Amino acid sequence: MSALLFTLRSAPAQRVDVGMLNPSALAGQPLADIAAISLHVGKRVLRVDELFELSGDDTADLVFRGDCSKLERIGAGMKAGRVTVEGDAGAYVGQGLLGGTISVTGNAGAFCATGMKGGRIEIAGDVGESAGGAIPGEMKGMAGGLLLVGGNAGDRLGDRMRRGQILVSGNAGDYCGTRMIAGTIAVAGSLGAYPGYGMKRGTLIVDAVPARMLPGFVDCGAHRLGFLSLLYASWKGLPGVFGRLDASACTVRRYMGDMGVTGRGELLVRG
Amino acid sequence: MIINGVTIDDTFAEAFGMRGIRLLITACNETWAMHSAVALTGFATSVIACGAEAGIERMLSPDETPDGRPGVSVLLFAVSSKELIKQIERRVGQCVLTSPTSAIFAGLDEGDPVPMGKTLRYFGDGFQTSKQIAGKRYWRIPVMDGEFLVQDTARMVKAVGGGNFLVLADTQMQALEACEAAIVDMRKLREIVMPFPGGVVRSGSKVGSKYKALSASTNDAFCPTLRGATKSELDERIGAVLEIVIDGLTDASVRLAMETGMRAVCRIGAAGGIRRISAGNYGGKLGQFHYHLREILS
Repeated sequence: MSALLFTLRSAPAQRVDVGMLNPSALAGQPLADIAAISLHVGKRVLRVDELFELSGDDTADLVFRGDCSKLERIGAGMKAGRVTVEGDAGAYVGQGLLGGTISVTGNAGAFCATGMKGGRIEIAGDVGESAGGAIPGEMKGMAGGLLLVGGNAGDRLGDRMRRGQILVSGNAGDYCGTRMIAGTIAVAGSLGAYPGYGMKRGTLIVDAVPARMLPGFVDCGAHRLGFLSLLYASWKGLPGVFGRLDASACTVRRYMGDMGVTGRGELLVRG
Repeated sequence: MIINGVTIDDTFAEAFGMRGIRLLITACNETWAMHSAVALTGFATSVIACGAEAGIERMLSPDETPDGRPGVSVLLFAVSSKELIKQIERRVGQCVLTSPTSAIFAGLDEGDPVPMGKTLRYFGDGFQTSKQIAGKRYWRIPVMDGEFLVQDTARMVKAVGGGNFLVLADTQMQALEACEAAIVDMRKLREIVMPFPGGVVRSGSKVGSKYKALSASTNDAFCPTLRGATKSELDERIGAVLEIVIDGLTDASVRLAMETGMRAVCRIGAAGGIRRISAGNYGGKLGQFHYHLREILS
């Protein structure tokens, strides 16, 4: 069997929801039925095979090829399998993901991994704003799983994040971890303004004290935190800088906040 | 059966089904990991009055522990799930949480859940936080030397308690030296502990007593000072009897431990004053595991 390949015939002018084209939804379906699935492109309704050229037959391993920056909800809600995007992807990549792996070789749009509960998303490039964050109207964002970002993350990374881990090898924008409920965000580069605004619980791990800190974060001193050795060990082998961390180097400077809310969150600055 | 001049009695050890658990204690160095482990497994020789039987299984090198620090693997056994859960909560709370630099983790991945951090976390008075790492939940409880890291839930399995054998020798010291040699070899094995002091027990018991309040009393048939006054199992040459009791996570591990220990005793042999090896049982009616000495050594 070979991967089921969706090659865009041309870049769509409007956004297209391709959330139903995921391994869990397509399992067991013959290629003819997959080709006949309806997709909404602006006001028009197109068959899958009008938008994509199809080849391959493995519904557990999907590949999107072409300019996919207008394709939204790629891999949404899938429980298992693998989805690869060759190039950029649109917004809501892996929305509500339950299991399996989504890989994007380029950049991803806004709200990547929102509502994700399990599995793994790897974005080789940048992610837009509110990656792992809650979409408007939702009480929580990412609720499990692992989001790996090779490049930079936009503003409000992990907004209202409930559980899971986000690892960013580059920089993160303003309000990183805002209104965070729990979970872990690690950023290897720099943070924008006011990380952890409204943060209730959860952990932000950074390499340097952010330039613009909220007054609601209080310095609790430098400490060896044993859980970090387990955390770093669990990341061993991951692509990017976090896969190479020394598991024994777990002394950090701990800031607790945001004291404007419950103040049980923490910003850990690695030594 | 006679091995190196030691008579192996045609009898069996009778052991019981118990609930067992393995826990991994780590600390900044071996010394402090051992302090914590010794406290955790203290006063745990017999379920008759201690609530649990426990011991140190082995030392762990940093590359064998979840947090990469030196550690100690301990085993605990109790007569029921409920009792084991109670013992874990009390012992971890009083002996590991209290011990400087310590952390504690589950040593078994399979089995029934035993709350550990799940209940101890409340010591954190609201400042405790949890982390889910690689599918396992841990609690970070702030304490005066930093944070106490404890896994949320450990796992317990069906286990075996009360495997045993008796060493009958000319003198007290000869019996003790033979038992010490046996313990040295047995402690190289995994999945077992010998819960009594130094692994050896001198106060073997029989079921019942002349006193109504006691369910067990001294095993007078093996007491050398009563040889002429009771229905003794000892002949005139036997000056002392010592027992080694074994608790293990599996039937096979207890069996192997008994064989290892008995062979060590037999190596000393009659030349070292060892006359017989026997075992304690209750007629085979109480315990579900029977370890026939001759079958094990054949």
